[in-house]
Amino acid sequence: MATLDKPSEYKVIGTSPLRHDGVDKVTGRAAYGADIRLPGMLYGAVLRSPHAHARIISMDTSEAEKLHGVHAVITAKDFPDLESRIVELGEGLVNRKYQSNNILARDKVLYFGHAVAAVAATSLHIAKEALDLIRVEYEALDPVMDVRKAMEAGSPILLDDLRTDEFGKKGETPTNIAGHYKDACGDIEKGFKEAKFIVEREFVTKMVHQGYIEPQNATAQYNPDGQVAIWCSTQGAFGVREQVAEILEIPISNIRVIPMEIGGGFGGKIGVYLEPLAALLSRKSGYRPVKLTMDRSEVLAATGPTSGSYIKVKMGADANGKITAAEALLIYEAGAYPGSPVGAGMGVIFAPYRIENGVIEGYDVVVNKPRTAAYRAPGGTNAAFAAETVMDELAEKLGMDPIEFRLLNGAQEGDRRVDGSAYKRIGYLETLEAAKESAHYKTPLSGPHTGRGVASGFWFNYGGKSSASVSVNKDGTVSLLEGSVDIGGTRTSLAMQLAETLGIPAEDVRPVVADTDSIGYTEGTYGSRTTFATGWAVYETARDLIEKLKERAAILWEVEKDKVTFESGVFSSGDKTLTFKELAEKLDETGGPVVASAAVQPKGYGPGFATHIVDVEVDPETGKVQILRYTAVQDVGKAIYPVYVESQIQGGVAQGIGWALNEEYLYDEQGRLLNTSLLDYRMPVALDLPMIDTILVEVANPGHPYGVRGVGEVPIVPPPAAIANAIYRAIGVRMTELPMSPARVVEALIHKP
Amino acid sequence: MQSFDYATPKSAEEVATLLAGKNGEAQILAGGTDLLVQLREGRRQAKLVIDIKNIPELTQVTFDPQNGLRIGAAASCFQICSDPNVRQHYPGLVDAVRLIGGVQIQNRASVGGNLCNASPAADSIPALIVHEAVCHITGSNETRTLPVEEFCMAPGKNAMRPGEFLTSIGVPVPQGNFGASYLRFIPRSEMDIAVVGAGASVVLNAEGKQFVSARIALGAVAPTPLLASDAGAFLAGKAVTRENVREAAHRAQAIAQPITDLRGTAEHRRHLCAVLVERAVGKAIERAGGQYAQ
Repeated sequence: MATLDKPSEYKVIGTSPLRHDGVDKVTGRAAYGADIRLPGMLYGAVLRSPHAHARIISMDTSEAEKLHGVHAVITAKDFPDLESRIVELGEGLVNRKYQSNNILARDKVLYFGHAVAAVAATSLHIAKEALDLIRVEYEALDPVMDVRKAMEAGSPILLDDLRTDEFGKKGETPTNIAGHYKDACGDIEKGFKEAKFIVEREFVTKMVHQGYIEPQNATAQYNPDGQVAIWCSTQGAFGVREQVAEILEIPISNIRVIPMEIGGGFGGKIGVYLEPLAALLSRKSGYRPVKLTMDRSEVLAATGPTSGSYIKVKMGADANGKITAAEALLIYEAGAYPGSPVGAGMGVIFAPYRIENGVIEGYDVVVNKPRTAAYRAPGGTNAAFAAETVMDELAEKLGMDPIEFRLLNGAQEGDRRVDGSAYKRIGYLETLEAAKESAHYKTPLSGPHTGRGVASGFWFNYGGKSSASVSVNKDGTVSLLEGSVDIGGTRTSLAMQLAETLGIPAEDVRPVVADTDSIGYTEGTYGSRTTFATGWAVYETARDLIEKLKERAAILWEVEKDKVTFESGVFSSGDKTLTFKELAEKLDETGGPVVASAAVQPKGYGPGFATHIVDVEVDPETGKVQILRYTAVQDVGKAIYPVYVESQIQGGVAQGIGWALNEEYLYDEQGRLLNTSLLDYRMPVALDLPMIDTILVEVANPGHPYGVRGVGEVPIVPPPAAIANAIYRAIGVRMTELPMSPARVVEALIHKP
Repeated sequence: MQSFDYATPKSAEEVATLLAGKNGEAQILAGGTDLLVQLREGRRQAKLVIDIKNIPELTQVTFDPQNGLRIGAAASCFQICSDPNVRQHYPGLVDAVRLIGGVQIQNRASVGGNLCNASPAADSIPALIVHEAVCHITGSNETRTLPVEEFCMAPGKNAMRPGEFLTSIGVPVPQGNFGASYLRFIPRSEMDIAVVGAGASVVLNAEGKQFVSARIALGAVAPTPLLASDAGAFLAGKAVTRENVREAAHRAQAIAQPITDLRGTAEHRRHLCAVLVERAVGKAIERAGGQYAQ
């Protein structure tokens, strides 16, 4: 890790204290959802569709219900039959009827692994045995597995009531096209006329999964008074509360969600799958607690991966290297129900560049695959793979260094994206400069079949609603309650912002992730928002706490409150001073405990930019690509905990390398998912990855008291493009399909022009 | 997973008796790295599971310079690879066995089990074939011996009849300037199953410039691991040249009948056959003390 050297104005921020949850996690004591054991608890199992597309003719659960040890069997009939209504659930808008049908199929199954029934029994073995006794009669329908085929007239229709949302207006005929969107600026025809070089290419990417290690799980305890408690692995407890309330039509105030430790989410644990099932099974089994856990094959087949896509990009540049026009068409798989991240892909695709003449068109298309969910910068990686490959080819035609070409066209403060939004202070050009000056870029690469690639990426980041509350302990420590599930070390990054503001050591803060009844509303840990927005809430809380403590010092010193000042953890008035800790010991003398809280919805989130450099070696005989060296440069705003920032970048790059080289959903002709294990869904193993070097560029975000920008998502955006560009330099072929697996590389070499 | 009985016999005779009484509904347990998974997933059924790890003769690895190597059917991969005689005389086998699973799996999994599981992609089988290994099989009335290349019948099916079980694998002592190797192709660096596997062994003349004999075997390109007899026979008596090895590789490639599945495409597999055979033979030549004529 490298950072630009400058003296720090902070005492806590930028240091690396011991993480607050570290001991629990390395000793195995941290409690995850699968650790839940409640008295009288039953175990649930879910029956899943063997078909990719079929009508449910009938279901008979009577034999399963008779099996000794079975306490409840539920089907979609036990769910409220919801009317279509668009609601804000978690990250984005969702049709609650579709979400309900995704959790338990009602009339049709729309993908292999789609849940159709669930059982609660005294043991998992009995529950699974009961599944075998449920008789489901299906009428198999032709599956639709490809977005372009799904768009054709005459294609089998997945959802009878779906109409295209065409630039905000609803279509009239049944379709698989859920949405059609368009952004434009300038005059695209004029722009291409001004171009000396034009590159146009088509790209295809496959559906990929986040690959979080902990499978989904949920335990519910329904009480006769209508109150239900849910323990689960989620990125956002309040989001689970809202979704369960909508789907089961029960008031949110009846639901308490206790977020357990989470073993990875990456966007995949925002939407619910098991929680409503566990709640209904608990109610139906006479109010016994019911626990459901997925196995790996269920996770891969039936939770939300991210979209495969078809993307066409056309870009032109004049003789001086200035981009004159950029055009893109993005078609994204939504999976079984609408909601692909095509809109985000449209936003990302040309975001790093000043585009005066641009057209970006996008389609959200349903296919017989699992309903997609967010995955780390959702939609961004597909888009950047396409655009950054075309950028590389343009640079080549111009005879320019790929970083110089990007520097010439890079966006900065005041520039607008094709969708019209203008940038505030951003650090894209700084990432390019740092990449250009890096030891990696300055070291020549040699050897047969080796190549170096460069690509950039963008992510919006997000703010959203967050709450925090603190109480001062007599020993000078502070308890911090917050509602953001800790996926990437945010207990510590929040505690550090609190400590910095209060002028105390980070170790003196006790951060606790609270349940939905114990803390104010807080959105989930997504959109790279937690260190930014919950950090804001923590900062506001600390400011409020300081004001309250000034009052106490004023009482002790018998002065007016405005005569008390606070700096670097010390309260003073005239020659009297008290450290934070000393004052904490005297609270009882001044009126008892002091608490403070804040709720915020900050809008000043700043986008993140990254530029990656990768060296590869290709075995031209087998097609295998080895990553030799990788450097990720990123504008991280202010790095609160630099080691975590680096880990986020390394994690994103590792996932991006997997996406680039081997990860893909493989389906047979009937639409059945073939690779439902981590043996055959080929995520990278440790030996596949080199040390991933990082360069943290700190361009403070003016919209945050400590300059924080989200850092977790943008690092997954550039890797496939950077690797594709490196492969081109190594063996002279442009890879336009992901993953760039050995078989595809060999095929491309055989057909090399 | 259905329930089953579990037996821990102390001798091969006892195993034969137990098997005879179950009429094909018993399964032999050695390391269990295939069997337990298959039972749990319902891919194999058993009324009785017979654990053979308590039978000394089935868990030993022995070597003598006349009769060669004898690998007990339940001997673990780790045990085999750490045996000094194996390391000295059977380099192709060491290559293959080291690839089977991670350290924990290596401590449990047996080469006998890898063979009996009869996966077309099993790493140890092409290596055993090029080392001319044979299977020693015991039934209730008789024992018999079968070359490894004749042992696998189809994916998951071997040549043993109900009541029979594998007691050991015999491997002869290599003669002369011998070298062997096994290579597999996987898209990742670890934790994967062979897309194609290739084993090769060569015996070179005293000068190391001519092939006296050669054996080439392929994995994951047909319903069973294949001995590429024609490719091996082609090399016998030929000069050690890259051209000759390429021709042998093409002859080996010609007998492959690969399919497209989740682990690879037929085209890529066919392509890899030639690549891997050439590399495996090259490595075997090197180990035999030879090198390509310039």
